[in-house]
Amino acid sequence: MAITVDRKPLTFWERLYLPAIIGGLKVTMRHAWRTLFQGGKVTMEYPEQKWTLPEGYRGAPYLVRDQEGNTKCVSCQLCEFVCPPKAIRITPPGNNGQVDRPNAEKMPLEFEINFLRCIYCGFCQEVCPEEAIFLQKDYSLTGLTRQELVYNKEKLLALGGVSPGIQKWKHKLEEAKEQETFPVKI
Amino acid sequence: MDLHFINSWYYGLSPTGQLALWSVVKIAIAIGVLHGIAAYAVLVERKVSAWIQDRVGPNRVAPPFIKYVPVLGPILTRMGIFQPLADGLKFMLKEDFTPAGVRKAYFWLAPAVAVIPSLLVIAVIPFGSQIGSQKMVIADLNVGILYTFGIVSLGVYGIVLAGYAANSKYSFLGGIRSSAQMISYEIAMGMSVIPVFLICGNLNLNQIISWQVQNHWLVLYSPLSFIIFLVAAFAETNRTPFDLPEAETELVGGYHTEYGSMKFALFFLAEYSNMVATAGMMVTLFFGGWTLPFGGLDQPASGIGIAILQILIFLAKVCALMVVFIWVRWMFPRFRYDQLMDLGWRRFVPLALANILITALVLWAKS
Repeated sequence: MAITVDRKPLTFWERLYLPAIIGGLKVTMRHAWRTLFQGGKVTMEYPEQKWTLPEGYRGAPYLVRDQEGNTKCVSCQLCEFVCPPKAIRITPPGNNGQVDRPNAEKMPLEFEINFLRCIYCGFCQEVCPEEAIFLQKDYSLTGLTRQELVYNKEKLLALGGVSPGIQKWKHKLEEAKEQETFPVKI
Repeated sequence: MDLHFINSWYYGLSPTGQLALWSVVKIAIAIGVLHGIAAYAVLVERKVSAWIQDRVGPNRVAPPFIKYVPVLGPILTRMGIFQPLADGLKFMLKEDFTPAGVRKAYFWLAPAVAVIPSLLVIAVIPFGSQIGSQKMVIADLNVGILYTFGIVSLGVYGIVLAGYAANSKYSFLGGIRSSAQMISYEIAMGMSVIPVFLICGNLNLNQIISWQVQNHWLVLYSPLSFIIFLVAAFAETNRTPFDLPEAETELVGGYHTEYGSMKFALFFLAEYSNMVATAGMMVTLFFGGWTLPFGGLDQPASGIGIAILQILIFLAKVCALMVVFIWVRWMFPRFRYDQLMDLGWRRFVPLALANILITALVLWAKS
């Protein structure tokens, strides 16, 4: 079932190549005119103008705090384990590690993301049981040295902002307070 | 006091000495202007291509102090006026790298061989009428156009030499294509202007301009000549749709693949100088050179103001043709090699011959 394409032989006028030239001149002229006088340019001037990022854009992953300003990360190291390019390095607190509030069991002593390695895949966000790390909308990370692009816990928390969601330690605290009264109401 | 000294020195010179002095002055100015136009043609090329492709084009480069100039500074920056300066500086400062496998002597010679003919061509083009008693042409040759064709055919040697010397298959293919293309279109180009000389009866470019002053622009008498000359000029200057010698998509960079820094810049300069020279030649042959057919601008100037105005008219015409060159580049796909040869030998050569014959018959019938 071959389809026969109907190829009309070119007329003399078309074979002269001139109609194509005139057509080309018209097209280019129209585009130049639009760009110059009707604001038809399709490019953006990047550092001054930035595009609006779509929902669900996967930018740089940062650590977030809950509404009360507490670190959500519990140093479980799942993100470090899942990270395909091994960009995340967590220093766990070890025995009797410091925590910044009552009832929290564990906090990372140090949490580093190397943005020279990060591939913005979002696995860390997916795997996090505490909803403590989110891919946010930053895409233009620059630095003059390699060290500058390794972000530590302090910086990641500062950039990450506040995110509601699971508030495990708040509930733990409430539970603990309930324990002190009798009968237990849970 | 000083002026008197210069005057007595100048009138003390022999006529040959005076001629040499003025020639040097004219050469210096002409080459300076040519380089300026070539540099800014690159900017226009980038800007026009941007507009055609719905972009903005170079709009960032500016020397540090320019941002303190109120209104004008940002406008000039947006127009990219400083881009050629930055490009030139970049070419100067880049490492002049010679690849290991090249034939060194030829490799170093090729850019010079390419650039010299492109500068020599402007010697016979009259770019103005006269200032004082000085004719505004570097060499007022009686065989001006023959000289031009002789020099233009030398231009291919630089390219072929570059292709051969680089010892790279891409450069080599570029050189081969260039030699075939230039030789083919040279013939059509040479034959396309013969009707012009049949009509004018003169080979001197100044005489051709004065003929056009008495009658009309030659493009009206012999439009077919102009069209063939225009197409052949595109082919001779390696411009799209005839840019096979430097076809980026096929040959990396063509004959200048292995070149960098100032040596590459010389090839670039040669290409744009060739464009300027060809545009100047077309203006002289077909568009009345430095004249305009009104306001007494078609007579040799008596004052310096009119003389400069006539030079500016010539430059404006050249620039208009340059814009056509640039515009066309962003419109056409490249010809295939066999199409190129077919168009050159089987279309334009017979067409040019027929044009000569018909012009000769018409002139014979008239006389």
